Amino acid sequence: MTRLQEFPWTEKATIDVAVPQPVKTRTLPTQLNLYRIPWLQAALANPWPQFLLRVVMLMGFLFTIVVALLGSRVGSHNFAIIMVWIAWWTTLKLGFIPLGGRSWCSICPIPLPGEWLQQGGIMEKGKRRLGLHLKWPKALRGSWLQSGGFLLIGMFSAITLTDPQVTGWVLLALFALAVGMSLVFEHRAFCSYICPIGGFSGMYSKAAPVEVKVIDKEVCAQHGDKSCYRACPWGVYPLAMKDSSTCGLCMECLRACPKDNLALNLRPYGTDLARPVQSTRLDETFLALIMLGSALVFSAVFLGPWGWLKMSAYNIGSQAWLVYAASFLALNLLVLPGIFAMCVAAWKKISHSSLPLRRLIAQEAQGLLPLGLLAWMAFTISFALPKLNFVVGVINDPFGWGWKLLGASSGGGLDVSQISLLLQVFLLVVSVFWSARVTRKLSTTDEKISRPTNYPLLAFYLVYAGAFLWLLAG
Amino acid sequence: MKLNHWWHWVILAGLAVAVIFIPVPAGAAAPTERTFRVEASRFEYSPAVVKVNPGDRVTIELVATDVVHGLAIDGYDLQTTADPGKTARITFTADRSGTFRFHCTVTCGNMHPFMTGKLEVGQNTLLWRAMALVGLALFAGVWKGRR
Repeated sequence: MTRLQEFPWTEKATIDVAVPQPVKTRTLPTQLNLYRIPWLQAALANPWPQFLLRVVMLMGFLFTIVVALLGSRVGSHNFAIIMVWIAWWTTLKLGFIPLGGRSWCSICPIPLPGEWLQQGGIMEKGKRRLGLHLKWPKALRGSWLQSGGFLLIGMFSAITLTDPQVTGWVLLALFALAVGMSLVFEHRAFCSYICPIGGFSGMYSKAAPVEVKVIDKEVCAQHGDKSCYRACPWGVYPLAMKDSSTCGLCMECLRACPKDNLALNLRPYGTDLARPVQSTRLDETFLALIMLGSALVFSAVFLGPWGWLKMSAYNIGSQAWLVYAASFLALNLLVLPGIFAMCVAAWKKISHSSLPLRRLIAQEAQGLLPLGLLAWMAFTISFALPKLNFVVGVINDPFGWGWKLLGASSGGGLDVSQISLLLQVFLLVVSVFWSARVTRKLSTTDEKISRPTNYPLLAFYLVYAGAFLWLLAG
Repeated sequence: MKLNHWWHWVILAGLAVAVIFIPVPAGAAAPTERTFRVEASRFEYSPAVVKVNPGDRVTIELVATDVVHGLAIDGYDLQTTADPGKTARITFTADRSGTFRFHCTVTCGNMHPFMTGKLEVGQNTLLWRAMALVGLALFAGVWKGRR
C-alpha cells in the first residue's frame, strides 16, 4: 500500500542515506529515464494527446456497449465480443502488461466520466467538485475484491465471452460502478480496489520493464507542496511507492513536479521481484494463485477437446454448471492455495527459516508472478490469435446486420497453430526459468536458512508448467 | 555471471539443443487404412481425439447430429462441412507427426469458436521435448538466482 493516507509518517520520514559504494568500471546502466528523451517528454508533458486518446477510447467503449446490446446475438459476428475478448484482450496480455505494466490504466475509458464529475472539471480540477470524497474503508483495502470480481467473471466466462448481451451488461455494470464509486469515494477507488483488470495488471506490473520513480528522495522529502500527490488521480505518493503495482502510469505526477524529480524508467524485467517483504497480507498471494488457477481452467474449457466441460461452463444454472462453478472456486480458493501453503510450510521446515509462515507465504508468492504472467500470455496466443481474422469481419459489419462498410469479407481463418505451439512452449520455459530464479534469489535474502534451494516450490512450478503444457500441446 | 562458471551455461545450452533436435525413433507400426466416424454436435466432437500412426491413410466421416458443422484440421489444410443427419468425408495421408487441433468451421452457436478436437499422429514429441526444456529451465533459473 502506498497511498499517502496510509503513510502518516511520510512527512517526517527519514530518508535512506546512500552509502558510498565502490565504483565498478564499465557497468551498463540498469535503467533509462524515458522522460529525458526530448520528443517523448514533449508528448507526455502535454496532457492533450493522452486526453484525446482516452476520449477516443471512451467513444469506442460506449459504441461497444451499444453494439453488444443491439447487435447480432452470435458472438463471432458481433463487434463487442471480438473487439473486447479477442482484440483488446490480446493487446492487453501480449502488449500492454508485458511491455508497459499498468499502462492500459493510463488510457482506460471506464473511470473517465466519474473522474470528471469527481474533480469538477475535465482537464483541471474545478471549484465545484461533486461527490462525497470518502476514504475507502480500511477493511476493504488490498486486492481481495478484485480477486472476487475475477472469480465472478471466471465462473460465468463461457457465457460472458461468447454472448454479446452479457458482455454489454458486464461493461455497463463496470462503467456504472466506476462512476458511482467516483461520486462516493475519493480518488480512483474503483480502479484500485474493484476492477479485476486493474488487480492483475497492477500485480504483474511488478515484473514489467516500466516504472515511475522518484529520482532524488531528498529533494522529494524536502518539497512541502507535494504537488505530485495532489495531482495523482490514484492518490499515490511517489516517494512512498515500494513497487509499481499501485501506479497507473497516468503521468500526472511527472507533469506536476516543479523539481523535475520524477523519472519514467525503462528497467530490467522483474526489478520489483525477489525482495523481502515485511507484510503478512495474503491478498496478492491469493490473486496470484487465482490467476494461475483460472489460466488452467480457461485453457481446459476453451482450448481443450472436452465438449461436456464446455457445456458445463456454458449452461449457467444447470446442475453441470453448479458442479463446474464449485470446482472452479474450489481449485482457486482451496486446492491451489492449499498446495502452495504446504509447499512453503515444507520449505520453512527443511530450511529452518525464522520467518513466520504467513509472511513467508506472502514473500514466496512473488515467484508465482512470472509463471502466471507468461502462462496467461501462452493461453492468449492459442485463445485469441487464430481468431484475429474475425476483427476485419466485425469492423466491416459491427452489428452483424449484413453491412459491408469496408466492402470486403473477413476472409479465411489464420492457421498459426504450429507457430503458436512453439511460442507457447518458449513462454512457459521462460516462465519457469524466471520463477525459479526469483524463488532462489528470495532464499538468499535470509542468511539464517540452512538450505537455500526451495525444492517444494520448484516442484510446484514444475507440476504447474507440466499441466499447462499438457493442456496446450498435449 | 562469473567467468569461471561460463562452462555451466555452455553445458546447459548444449543440453537444450540436444533436447530440441535429438531424433526420436518413429513407431514400428506399418501404415494402414483407417476410418473414423466423428459425430459433431454443439459444441463437441465424438470422439474428440483421433489417434493414428504416421503414414496411415485416414478417412474421417463427419456426421452432424444437430445443426450444420464443419471440421478443419490445423496443419493439414483440410476441411469439410456436414449438413444435419448427413455424412461428409475427408481422406488424407497422415504424413506429419504431432498433435493437431481440428475445429468447427460453420458458426453453430456462441461456443462455436471453441468447438475443437485433436488429431494425434504418432508420438507427441513436442510435448516431451517441452517438458524436458522446462526441467532444464528450472535448473538454469535456480543456478542463475544464486547470489
